[in-house]
Amino acid sequence: MDRRSFLKAIAAGTVSFSLTPSGVLAKMPDGSKEFVGVLVDTTRCIGCRRCELRCAQVNNLPLPDPDDKKVFEKERWVSAEHWTIVNRHKTSKGTFFIKRQCMHCCQPACAAACPVKAMEKKKDGPVVWNPNCIGCKTCAFSCPWGVPELEPKPFPKIGKCIFCWPRLQKGLLPACVDTCPMEALIFGTRRQLLDEARTRIYKNPDRYHRYIYGEREVGGTSWMYLTAAPPEEMGLKREVGKKPLPENTTGFLFAVPYVLVLWPAFLLGVHKATERRKEVASKENEEG
Amino acid sequence: MTGSLISELKPKGKIITPFNVISGLFILVGIGFMIYRFIYGLPAVVNEAPGFPWGVWIGFNVMAGVAFAAGAYTLTFVVYILKNDLYHPIIRPTVLNGFLAYVFYAGAIVLDCGRWWHIYNPLIGNKFGVNAVLFLIAWHFFLYMLAELVEFSPAIAEWLGAKRLWKVLKGMTIGAVVFGITLSTLHQSALGALVLMAEPNIHPLWWSEWIPVLYFVSGIYGGISMVLVEGWISMKAFSDIIPEKFKKQYPNIAVGLAKFAAGVMFAYLFMKLLVLIHGRHWDLLLTPMGYIYIIEVIGLTFIPFLFFLFGAKNRSVGLIRWAAVLAMLGIILNRCSYVFIAYKWYVPLSERYIPAIPEVWIALTIVVAHMWAYRWVVRRMPVYTDPPEWAKEDH
Repeated sequence: MDRRSFLKAIAAGTVSFSLTPSGVLAKMPDGSKEFVGVLVDTTRCIGCRRCELRCAQVNNLPLPDPDDKKVFEKERWVSAEHWTIVNRHKTSKGTFFIKRQCMHCCQPACAAACPVKAMEKKKDGPVVWNPNCIGCKTCAFSCPWGVPELEPKPFPKIGKCIFCWPRLQKGLLPACVDTCPMEALIFGTRRQLLDEARTRIYKNPDRYHRYIYGEREVGGTSWMYLTAAPPEEMGLKREVGKKPLPENTTGFLFAVPYVLVLWPAFLLGVHKATERRKEVASKENEEG
Repeated sequence: MTGSLISELKPKGKIITPFNVISGLFILVGIGFMIYRFIYGLPAVVNEAPGFPWGVWIGFNVMAGVAFAAGAYTLTFVVYILKNDLYHPIIRPTVLNGFLAYVFYAGAIVLDCGRWWHIYNPLIGNKFGVNAVLFLIAWHFFLYMLAELVEFSPAIAEWLGAKRLWKVLKGMTIGAVVFGITLSTLHQSALGALVLMAEPNIHPLWWSEWIPVLYFVSGIYGGISMVLVEGWISMKAFSDIIPEKFKKQYPNIAVGLAKFAAGVMFAYLFMKLLVLIHGRHWDLLLTPMGYIYIIEVIGLTFIPFLFFLFGAKNRSVGLIRWAAVLAMLGIILNRCSYVFIAYKWYVPLSERYIPAIPEVWIALTIVVAHMWAYRWVVRRMPVYTDPPEWAKEDH
């Protein structure tokens, strides 16, 4: 499939182009992997909340009622038992809906913070959770969006969007993408999605704000957003910055082996020096 | 031996005292809350606010508690590495206090871990998260507890009358001290590094790439302050067993520690100033969060710094004690700021984490239980009292 027919496939509203025999996961010609992602075109979302329902069904979570429109009155946030939510925002360009979930950062702080690698960045892109987790909640503390959360149960798991990792491995699309009736969610590799996002902005300058949220946020995320109004009007925080957050601790971690080796050497050196000083002092005392 | 050991384990002194009754009941209720937490889960006792994963157990017990336990490695450095004998009389109480602090405050981590039955995973290698700061902290807490136990163990051997074992343990002291100082340097600062990745979540007045160094330095004066407060309480509580020569020597020790603390606090305040200047967020000083920052840095760091300075100059143990109490409050406020006060400062108060009563009760139960354990040991082993004749040290 060349680039032109690929774009056509997206424009025609079919995502089957990426359902190659090897599944939906992207493999490069040299065999290496590329991060997959989802482009959320918020200008197409109608707030039907079918993604919420389907997500809960697929992941065995408490089922929300998609027909309940009262939920839009207050800005909601994802939780351990509600992995994706749709919010409504009144913006300078009109009222729009936005689906939120884990952003699946390219360099996730949650995975870098985990002492047992329970939070794991897959080579294909999704950030998933493993049950060897100790529940320390450092992932939740470090996440710039506050996504991972411990279930409110006596024996909890960490609940968050896992990008339907079991489905992706079977060659299926994520449940939300699969169920969206408006094609507001487009699945593909991050590179393809960025091309597509730029094309849409270029072709429809009046429809979109010229910014792809997630392209560079905290070093880039797998889920990216196109919005009509500036992203902050849609509840997308710009303050998270552009720097990959794990870089914040690399300096400290690199210093650890130095301290571990050089500090004892220094301490033992001082110990020997003071020991001799003490011996000399006590000898002088005896002589004096 | 066995018979006398059993009698040793029994309570000593009067059982019914106001302190015992009140603190005993307090601990009982606290244990009740803990059992409740393990059966019904965290939300049963903790005030859960979405987006605030950590509360007083991490901010107060773990982060501040570990800073207060820093007295042990600081003083072992002064006494065993620099060979300053002035502080030798307080080395055992301080190491004991440090060891118990780690035992009890590592316990607080078990309480806070949602999946506590997996708590040993980082140690047994049910995946080593070697790139994670918390992985380093887990190992360091574990190893440091062993190092502190080895440092204190000669006192246990003296209590049990185990002469041959005493020699072996005594020979391990300097190794444990060097190992302990190294581990402490790393994990005191690692607790600071733990919050580094939460940069977007932490108020700009508090966040800086220097947090690990700030934690390390403030831990030193926090530890010294703890030694002073603990000495203050012990002088009263154990007045009957503390030798006269120690009581006479104590003001000199307190003044020395005050000078030490003042020096370290000067360095800390200077670094805080540099961080503030480089951060260029002084416009935020006149916001509600800015007032908390000013209370912490001026009221609970600069003021105690002055108290330490003048207390040392005028040899006023009273002023030094006040300095120590204020400095400790400053550390508590500082650590809790990173964990839940300056954390997600943009969330309105009605949606913020505010500690629940059972949660605070458990946090304080850990402190009271620590005091009980400390008293139990001090009343039995040569901590303040002189070691037996056969165990006289030559250094």
